Amino acid sequence: MTAPAPLLQVRHLRVEFPTRRGTLLALDDVSFDIAPGEVLGVVGESGAGKSLTGAAIIGLLEPPGRIAGGEILLDGRRIDNLPADQMRRVRGRQIGAIFQDPLTSLNPLYTVGRQLIETITTHLGLSAKQARARAIELLAATGIPAPEARVDQYPHQFSGGMRQRVVIALALAADPKLIVADEPTTALDVSIQAQIIALLKRVCREQGAAVMLVTHDMGVIAETCDRVAVMYAGRVAEIGPVQEVIHRPGHPYTSGLMGSIPAMDEDRERLVQIDGAMPRLTAIPTGCAFHPRCPRAFDRCHGQRPELMQAPATAAACWLHAADLAVAQGGVA
Amino acid sequence: MTVLSETARESGSPDAAPAPGEVLVDVRDLAKTFDVSAPWLNRVVERKPRQFVHAVDGVSFRIEKGRTLALVGESGCGKSTVARLLVGLYAPTQGEVRFDGADIAATLKGPKALALRRRMQMIFQDPYASLNPRWKVQDIVAEPLREHGLVRDAQALKRRVGELLQSVGLAPADAEKFPHQFSGGQRQRISIARALATEPEFLVCDEPTSALDVSVQAQVLNIMKDLQRKQGLTYLFISHNLAVVRHVADQVGVMYLGRLVEQADKRALFAAPRHPYTRMLLDAIPDIHMSGRSRTPVQGEVPNPLNPPSGCSFHPRCPHANARCSSERPKLLEIQGIRVACHAVEEGRL
Repeated sequence: MTAPAPLLQVRHLRVEFPTRRGTLLALDDVSFDIAPGEVLGVVGESGAGKSLTGAAIIGLLEPPGRIAGGEILLDGRRIDNLPADQMRRVRGRQIGAIFQDPLTSLNPLYTVGRQLIETITTHLGLSAKQARARAIELLAATGIPAPEARVDQYPHQFSGGMRQRVVIALALAADPKLIVADEPTTALDVSIQAQIIALLKRVCREQGAAVMLVTHDMGVIAETCDRVAVMYAGRVAEIGPVQEVIHRPGHPYTSGLMGSIPAMDEDRERLVQIDGAMPRLTAIPTGCAFHPRCPRAFDRCHGQRPELMQAPATAAACWLHAADLAVAQGGVA
Repeated sequence: MTVLSETARESGSPDAAPAPGEVLVDVRDLAKTFDVSAPWLNRVVERKPRQFVHAVDGVSFRIEKGRTLALVGESGCGKSTVARLLVGLYAPTQGEVRFDGADIAATLKGPKALALRRRMQMIFQDPYASLNPRWKVQDIVAEPLREHGLVRDAQALKRRVGELLQSVGLAPADAEKFPHQFSGGQRQRISIARALATEPEFLVCDEPTSALDVSVQAQVLNIMKDLQRKQGLTYLFISHNLAVVRHVADQVGVMYLGRLVEQADKRALFAAPRHPYTRMLLDAIPDIHMSGRSRTPVQGEVPNPLNPPSGCSFHPRCPHANARCSSERPKLLEIQGIRVACHAVEEGRL
């Protein structure tokens, strides 16, 4: 993944939530790149910080959450410190967003067409007539039958899968370079999920858009992504090509996660079980945050925090891979 | 579970099929219709007719003691309604559910209602909504024991709750806490402990793990399987996740728009699905080991249950549909040990 210059660069991103009982560190030193046309999956369990990473990139962190450190670069330009009005132009024009629940991301009081046309005229400066033609074109491209009639309907007249197609059309309206999709299929039935994933893959390939796909579903990741980042307790635990992460995981958390998914092609009496639960933000363990649940934890894991280091096939934040590398380099991080 | 052909049922000899195990739950031609009509005034002013949803429409199956039947299907297929009918939360519109030989709807109206309720319990989908946030775990788990008068002494009650919590991998000391102090997976274990309190024989689990993360889901599924092995529990397991179903079930029933379209042994169903809908569902699952494989594109969406298609309700989405499928509703027939409702399979076209 070194050939093209990265489209999105996230460097040492740190997100904090100041609360009455002290500051919670929700994302801590998160770094990754996405190349043009690449699909990066971000997986993790609830509370791992995957949706927050997406929200930070599109500049929609819920206050009091704020970016407290690090930087986000889109096409080499910093976007994490842009004023709100400039960020609004980047969002929509250069970054499209798709959220989990298609009902709440559409305005129920406006027709689908009006919402699309608003986005198109705002970002592309087309006339109302051209924008309407473009809106119909987008609805057709996302597989909505009879787009000329559907464009004047309200969101409640669409089914869940159709609404998610509208949301995708909306995200693609201004030909963005990056699409942040946060659990786009979680609220949908499996048969519809397959249609939406196929659609997302097709339109992104056609438009050459890079995608950050946030989901908890490893199956969706395996089918869609080029690379995957596994998050745990606000940090990237492992990142690498999707097949390597699935079949040769370097981090014990990733192995546990893969083993706990019931497989369709083998019979197991018991699933691999990771005991315990993800720590709360108020009580993140010292050292490696995974060490209390880790079957392979040793002394070093308790006291010293591992950074991403070269594992056999991926990069993993785990001291198990330190011996051959960190020593030679005099310690990573 | 015994497979039972339509002909056997119609001829009034339900034991015609081989019965390897003892049947605990016998569901016969079960149906539930909900009236979703607009209020009377609106109907009169707007000249609208009454409207009904046939949430469950003629479903029959059996569950043997100590086995698990899973019902799968997409939203709105009626699987949760079946679960509620089975434990008596809804009264059936038609048909009956026999539990250990006795009709549930009739028994629940009679003097033996409490004794029957004790033998069957339910685990709900959302562990955040199914536990009273103002009660301590002690009171939540002890409620069925108190309600059924099983344990009256306070000390004994405490001891029993401790045992129950231990059986699901929690500590007896957790009894003093409130639900909000637990994670989703732990809460679901409290639900299981509560369901196990009356030592039931039959547990109805309605999407017990779909609100949970995968690693926590694995914990809960492992506990459920361990408990079944130790206590010989019988499960009806409702899920939309075929991979989970494949892991827990012995028998699998696939539902579509209120009807059972296929039912078979787990192995048979996953190795060689017969009904086109089952095939489509299996094709649609993203699987981590099949990366890059192109799936059969799934056509269309589940129709509105208010206005289901004529004939076989799957025919508008079915690649094998013909004229007969759009006019005549297929019966659930037993073909080579698999119960399937499909004209194409029956005619040997598929």
